[in-house]
Amino acid sequence: MTAPIAPTQGYAFAYLDEQTKRMIRRAILKAVAIPGHQVPFASRDMPMPYGWGTGGIQVTAAILGPSDVLKVIDQGADDTTNAVSIRAFFRKTAGVATTTRTAEATVIQTRHRIPETPLRAGQTLVYQVPIPEPLRFLEPRETETRVMHALADYGLMHVKLYEDIAEHGHIAKTYAYPVRVEGRYVMDPSPIPKFDNPKMHMSPALQLFGAGREKRIYALPPFTKVESLDFDDHPFEPTRFDAPCALCGATDGYLDEVVTDDRGGRMFVCSDTDHCETRREAGHRGALLAAEDPAGGATARPEIAEDLP
Amino acid sequence: MTATAPLLEARGLAKWYGDRLGCRDVSFDIREGEVLAVVGESGSGKSTLLSMLSGRLAPSAGSVVYRLRDGSTRDLADLSEAERRHLFRTDWGFVHQDARDGLRMGVSAGGNVGERLMAVGARHYGEIRAKAADWLDRVEIDVSRIDEKPTAFSGGMRQRLQIARNLVTAPRLVFMDEPTGGLDVSVQARLLDLLRRLVADMGLAVVVVTHDLAVARLLSDRIMVMRGGRVIEAGLTDRVLDDPREAYTQLLVASILQP
Ligand SMILES: Nc1ncnc2c1ncn2[C@@H]1O[C@H](COP(=O)(O)OP(=O)(O)OP(=O)(O)O)[C@@H](O)[C@H]1O
Ligand SMILES: [Mg+2]
Ligand SMILES: [Zn+2]
Repeated sequence: MTAPIAPTQGYAFAYLDEQTKRMIRRAILKAVAIPGHQVPFASRDMPMPYGWGTGGIQVTAAILGPSDVLKVIDQGADDTTNAVSIRAFFRKTAGVATTTRTAEATVIQTRHRIPETPLRAGQTLVYQVPIPEPLRFLEPRETETRVMHALADYGLMHVKLYEDIAEHGHIAKTYAYPVRVEGRYVMDPSPIPKFDNPKMHMSPALQLFGAGREKRIYALPPFTKVESLDFDDHPFEPTRFDAPCALCGATDGYLDEVVTDDRGGRMFVCSDTDHCETRREAGHRGALLAAEDPAGGATARPEIAEDLP
Repeated sequence: MTATAPLLEARGLAKWYGDRLGCRDVSFDIREGEVLAVVGESGSGKSTLLSMLSGRLAPSAGSVVYRLRDGSTRDLADLSEAERRHLFRTDWGFVHQDARDGLRMGVSAGGNVGERLMAVGARHYGEIRAKAADWLDRVEIDVSRIDEKPTAFSGGMRQRLQIARNLVTAPRLVFMDEPTGGLDVSVQARLLDLLRRLVADMGLAVVVVTHDLAVARLLSDRIMVMRGGRVIEAGLTDRVLDDPREAYTQLLVASILQP
């Protein structure tokens, strides 16, 4: 964990001015009051392109306080360009402490994953959302999708799942798998793997979703019922992995396939780098490391050093 | 038949598009199992009338009262959007002239037929699929084509698919706007034959708009002749076609029913 520092002079705390943050907080409060409902907000231009998660960044900016500890992940990793840049951005503009450890963080901004370490009360998970409307690809007219949400008229979602089964024999959707919130709103959980869907259900943490380009915020307050859509005879099934993580031996996490050489060699490793490192520190060894280092022994965890000059 | 209350009652229906007349002074009843044909030349107000009857267009004057399955009667103007949608997916059907307006062209035949079932809460894939297959069979579409999209279907097949998609929830009232328009004569004949059988088997009430008197003759019990936005003659189909009273109807019959 990096200790808090003085934010760089010349910025409002966390970049956005107080009035903008109040506007975003009002949208967040409304979103929390109506779980799964998309609330429009006046999304601001941020000093980075939309693809970088400007919706999530604005939500984080609006909720961050000086004593928060921030973690940023991209596909489960803390060290991708996207995650490093966003963490550095808030380090610079808010001076907040940062960490890669899920357990230490109070605010976690994420793109495409929910951490493996179960979240606890008091933590907030902020999702970066590219397309907030789960009905978009079925019904392009926004006037119509709004009515469909208002009337809970969601038959079309099942038509999409029906088509999947008819074509593939099973529901082939593996990312951005739609959910029903508290039996009411159908929601797009952002492009997380469906493996993560069950983690949203009854989570003690607050979950906030920000879509910058589409100017929408939605939320799951703690302990909200979140069900993945399915059929009685084709129930929702989270992705399962056949092999454990090659590095830490974990069998409970989401794995990424990594190509190890140009001759088709590949291995499966945890996508959640914090989860993998924490396990290795505790002495767990996957097949690859056991072969290299059968005696075991803790590996040094790389420190994050990213305070800008 | 006259003992039961009407299924739908239209009273004094009128529609003005600005100061252009769509139609006016239209009043009639439809009973369960009764087929009414609305005929007339282009621009006479047939589609306008059908849109008002089906609650898709608000009348400028007059009312449409519908008797729900529970026996209560409701003015369509008083239905909430949710009630209107529910009615459209359960007790009503609408067959468009252009199947592209009535089908989801990007969704398989099975998905098209199953949509209504899913919209009203069906959540068992196997049962939805079995029902869709049964309905494809009933409209004479080979069940082996259940996973094909309507884009791969001929005009006649698309129209039959549209009919299956509407009838899967066993509605009591179906609106049709030129259901055989734009099809080859032999394809039309087959479709009409199928429609006639389904209407009889299911005891459907139908309001069918057509400019084709042969369609009216084959399908309908009663006929309404429209001209310039008004109903100029109405009665039992055989009576109107065999013994037209209005000069315009006589002209229409003479011009179309040439031996
Ligand atoms: N949306 C509209 N705006 C303005 N005028 C309209 C509109 N729809 C129909 N009309 C007019 O209302 C009259 C009746 O039209 P309608 O479409 O009901 O006739 P129709 O009998 O269905 O004709 P067709 O056989 O060509 O389909 C016509 O004069 C038409 O131009
Ligand atoms: Mg018309
Ligand atoms: Zn691992």
